[in-house]
Amino acid sequence: MLGSLWIIPLLPLTGFVLNLLLGWLKARKSVVNVVGIGSVGLATIATYWAIIDYLGQPAKVVVEHYFTWISAGKITVNAAFQFDPLTVVMVAFVTFVGFLIHVYSIGYMHGESDTSYARFFAYLNLFMFSMLILVFGSSLPLMFVGWEGVGLCSYLLIGFYFDDEYCAASGKKAFIANRVGDVGFLLGIFATFAIFGSADFTTFLPAAAAHPQQYAGWATAIGLLLFVGAVGKSAQIPLYVWLPDAMAGPTPVSALIHAATMVTAGVYMVVRCNVIYRIGPAALLVVAIVGGITALYAATIGMAQNDIKKVLAYSTISQLGYMFLGAGVGAFSAAIFHVVTHAFFKALLFLGAGSVIHACSGNQDMRTMGGLKKIMPTTYWTFMAATLAISGIFPFAGFFSKDEILGKTFAAGASNLNGFGWVYYILWFLGIAAAFITAFYMFRLVYMTFHGEFRGTEEEKHHLHESPWTMTLPLQVLGVLSIVGGLIGIPKLMTGHASWNLIEHFLDPVVIPLGGGHAGEMAAEISHHAVSPGVEWLLLLISLSIAISGILVARSFYYGERAFEKPRQFAERYPLLYKLVLNKYYVDEIYGAVVIQPLYRIFRFCWKAIDAVIIDGILVNGSAFMTELTGDILRFLQTGNVRNYALSVAMGVLLLIVILW
Amino acid sequence: MNPTMIPIPSAWILYLSAVLFVIGAIGVLLRRNGISIFLALELMLNSANLAFASFAFRFAGQGGHAASAINGQIFIFFIIAVAAAEAAVGLALFIAMYRRKETIDVDRFNILRW
Repeated sequence: MLGSLWIIPLLPLTGFVLNLLLGWLKARKSVVNVVGIGSVGLATIATYWAIIDYLGQPAKVVVEHYFTWISAGKITVNAAFQFDPLTVVMVAFVTFVGFLIHVYSIGYMHGESDTSYARFFAYLNLFMFSMLILVFGSSLPLMFVGWEGVGLCSYLLIGFYFDDEYCAASGKKAFIANRVGDVGFLLGIFATFAIFGSADFTTFLPAAAAHPQQYAGWATAIGLLLFVGAVGKSAQIPLYVWLPDAMAGPTPVSALIHAATMVTAGVYMVVRCNVIYRIGPAALLVVAIVGGITALYAATIGMAQNDIKKVLAYSTISQLGYMFLGAGVGAFSAAIFHVVTHAFFKALLFLGAGSVIHACSGNQDMRTMGGLKKIMPTTYWTFMAATLAISGIFPFAGFFSKDEILGKTFAAGASNLNGFGWVYYILWFLGIAAAFITAFYMFRLVYMTFHGEFRGTEEEKHHLHESPWTMTLPLQVLGVLSIVGGLIGIPKLMTGHASWNLIEHFLDPVVIPLGGGHAGEMAAEISHHAVSPGVEWLLLLISLSIAISGILVARSFYYGERAFEKPRQFAERYPLLYKLVLNKYYVDEIYGAVVIQPLYRIFRFCWKAIDAVIIDGILVNGSAFMTELTGDILRFLQTGNVRNYALSVAMGVLLLIVILW
Repeated sequence: MNPTMIPIPSAWILYLSAVLFVIGAIGVLLRRNGISIFLALELMLNSANLAFASFAFRFAGQGGHAASAINGQIFIFFIIAVAAAEAAVGLALFIAMYRRKETIDVDRFNILRW
């Protein structure tokens, strides 16, 4: 399969085209299933085949060149796919998790009409295609194609129920917020072309790595511009506002696009361009700060949300913050590790939430749930595995990846990375605080949803049921992965062998060593000896105990006979704080007042004053009016009298004679 | 050419041509009867013919370019042919106009206006 990688994205693309056709023909759901799931299933098999081929050959980076896409002056962009350890990790979970979510969608979407069922799978297939282009692309422009493609699919799927105004508006919000980021991303690509003459990863990254000092300034600029794109796509402060509203889409979409794959594209991009960030320390610091603040900030909002999917949405933003924090301290493999484990447990959380919503007849408000543990045991236990994973409980997947990031952040502080040691210590503290809140809001969600008594209506209670096997099977598979997924990155601390940290070892070639003569070389990398094993064990225990205390606080707040009593007291004691958090710090309102309203007024002025009055009124209608008026006056020259015309001709001749004399 | 004969100076012929042309032009402008306008128009055309003939004669007599003389004379034939065709079309038009309004007073035919 290695050697013809183009087949892998082509499969879902074929699925997309066929499903559009099937939707048009109003084909039965079983046919759509075969095409939609089959194409992604085959792509998954092809991907793993390619990975096996890759592991069996010596080259670290395989680039397959297909054709020249753009050739303009000195700039050439090739349609080429790149296969290296980072691509391997990304495609491995993208196709597999994507496939599971496709299977899950069979059960979740069965209530749709045949046409919209086919449309749903067509969009999902198109998404898989775009995502594969994104991770396979061997240059920034090709990555951007996938980047925009997934953005389009995100828009289409958020607005899947487009007859609902909120869904349609949410889709637009996502698209526009992403567009803001894309401006930065595009400028970053242009700057890359301008400075390096090429945006191929195999060209400009080694070029930058070879002369780190020469390119330091430009790398900072490019890194920051590209990061603006990542902030939009991966929902970081200040562009995160679209992700909570993206929950308007069907739940499998939230799981696939807005948790597991698309939103991690920003992290993937930063890791892919790690050289740029390492030689531009300011950009690296910005990545870490934005990530660290987002991790805590989004987690605090998650504490007070009552919509089950909104909690998970803010949780996703928070976890993405962790990933950027990891990338921002130079722990690129840790960031990707967390991307992978997060894909497992967050996809599972969303699918579990979908299963719950499915049972509750579409209701998403946790205040009217409760006691679902007995009715939906599979959903409950798999959900529990994911919750423990995201909370960072040993030995679940999230424990290893989150601890890796926090440990590296602390180490960055201890080794005074780029001279910003104290900033990294603060970020480590933010990360620890966010870990506490994460454990709290996740167990709040679990207790409110699965424990206690059912708080909905009798009719809803009668309807409660465990989901069909097409939905529970993906839950179980992801549940196992959420438990054991962390084993691909066991820290050296526990085993004494660095090579046991499979993912870090595997991703080593992605981090290209910087060229000689770089004075900051030592400072740009985290010193491996800055933190002694004793301190590492201590940090590990701190994050574990923080997580457990978060769980215990949630238990005392939301579990047992006195559930909801303490939160109520808390809300009464600090009404302002509670309202602030409940209303998401009024960020949407602030954006509305500061950005949207002024823009709205400007464009309204452009419409009413410039377009309607000046362009339509004066220029278009005015010129027509003047023409008509002139004609109205001049038409009286046409007397219809032949002798008058003859006289004008004679006069004209006389005039000519006088002039030419 | 017989040297005892004194040729009429070209200028005289051109004066005559100009006078004829102006008479014709005034006729076109002032007459109302269609056929009268036509006659005046023929007068203008023939004044032009006269000018052509005069120039042709003058250039031939002075040993100038033989082609100039021939050109002038050929143009006269062209104009005569065109005038004949024009007369045929014009008379047909006047007959059609007469059938419509029982007159060929051009001032009565002014409906093609604002």
